[in-house]
Amino acid sequence: MSGPKIIFFILAAAILVFSVMSIFSRRILRAAIYLLFVLVSMAGLYYMMNFQFLAAVQLILYAGGIVVLIIFSILLTSQINSTLDPPRKSHLLLGAVTSVLGLILGATTILKYSFQASASAPIGTDMRTIGRHLLGTGAEGYALPFEVITVLLLAALVGSILIARKPKV
Amino acid sequence: MYDFAPFIDSYTSYLNAHFSPFWAGLISMVSLGVALLLFYAVLGLYLVYAERKVCAQMQNRMGPNRVGPMGLFQTIADLIKLLLKELIYIRNADSFLFNIAPFIVIVASIMAIGSIPFARGLQAVDLNIGVLYILAISSMGVIGVLIAGWASNSKYSVIGAMRSGAQVISYELSVGLALLCAITFAGSMQLSEIIASQQDGWWIFKGHIPAFVAFVIYLIAGTAETNRGPFDLAEAESELTAGFHTEYSGIKFAFFFLAEYMNMFVIAALATTLFLGGWLPFHLYNFTAFNTVMDYIPPVFWFFGKTAFVIYVMMWFKWTFPRLRIDQLLALEWKYLLPISLLNLLLISFLTLMQWHF
Repeated sequence: MSGPKIIFFILAAAILVFSVMSIFSRRILRAAIYLLFVLVSMAGLYYMMNFQFLAAVQLILYAGGIVVLIIFSILLTSQINSTLDPPRKSHLLLGAVTSVLGLILGATTILKYSFQASASAPIGTDMRTIGRHLLGTGAEGYALPFEVITVLLLAALVGSILIARKPKV
Repeated sequence: MYDFAPFIDSYTSYLNAHFSPFWAGLISMVSLGVALLLFYAVLGLYLVYAERKVCAQMQNRMGPNRVGPMGLFQTIADLIKLLLKELIYIRNADSFLFNIAPFIVIVASIMAIGSIPFARGLQAVDLNIGVLYILAISSMGVIGVLIAGWASNSKYSVIGAMRSGAQVISYELSVGLALLCAITFAGSMQLSEIIASQQDGWWIFKGHIPAFVAFVIYLIAGTAETNRGPFDLAEAESELTAGFHTEYSGIKFAFFFLAEYMNMFVIAALATTLFLGGWLPFHLYNFTAFNTVMDYIPPVFWFFGKTAFVIYVMMWFKWTFPRLRIDQLLALEWKYLLPISLLNLLLISFLTLMQWHF
């Protein structure tokens, strides 16, 4: 077994184990930390595939941004001794059936699909290439979606400030 | 001393000649890890010593001067003391999170060091996205601080952690924008390319006043990001005993302590690389004799000299400014630093577009 393969299996095992632990943990902050480990291991996988930019974005957005926000809201709302109540029997049954169905659906789709390597040459993951594509207006340019998303985010920002603002006395 | 690349090349070719590729890779990984860890520990200890000396200088005292010549072994003695101390177990704390928090903080700071160029050819990994990588990794440290505060089950710790979280998330914006200014100038995020773009002058000189403004904003926001004074509300000892690490003892406390100093080193090293020319020597335009003399000083000394200067300035901040209140702290970021750095970035983009920098 080669070195990268071993690292791949370690990362994959970490993703699987911590995902399961994140779901089954009764303590909400521990669940958040397991989720953090899953996200960091996924960044490691991206890095192994040489998508360095994607790995850094994964870390900065998911691990540094979203998990921090989750932890922040947990810090504000819950106590250290509080644990989640065990779920009701009916919910447990329903959840189990749904997840088994989802597993069957996902597994059959993946097994049926014949993966074929793309014939076209891979586009480099150099920062300059990504930047040119992201803000390009020509072929393979993503300027319009990029700008649309910025407008959406701006609207979300303004809306949240409007909601959070104290009413003027 | 001038170029480390041949030394590293000969080491890797020796490994490749004597071992299979798997073992060669493993041995080089382990040796790199050991070298970084040793560097981390020694530098951390001597930054603590430097801080105590600078503090003493600011307060007109002597500082540590009993253990070893000029007190040089004081921090080593402190480390041994901390290693021998009991690790206090807290009954109502979440023990898993309580134990893992110092490691998250320290791993975040040690991973950032891996991609800093110390000298010509002395850089562990030269990533295509070097600056973004360091920013991403160091943003993980705050998670350790947050869970340390929460898992300790103490009100001082939670308040400290909340303050630290609000502060780091806010100031990360200014740090990012200030770094973006230097990236705009250099046209690359790769640290080696950024250094190469400063061959004919450092960005702080070439970029007119906007570059200097970006440098100052970066220093202020970087100091805030490391939770150091005057922004040390997270541990404000006069109000919160010790903030998020109140309940920690022994070596776990030492981890937090060491990580703070190494984060300061990372901030200073990044400032050096982006604005002060990294390991490049100081050159004056058209003074050939002066430039030749400067070239004789090895790049390592240039890098550590500039970094030490930036660290000295940050320590100077800490010991001369009073601590800010939390509302003042957030107002400083959102009402002053962020608008200024946005405008500054716009100005710098325009400068770069018109090729007006030198």
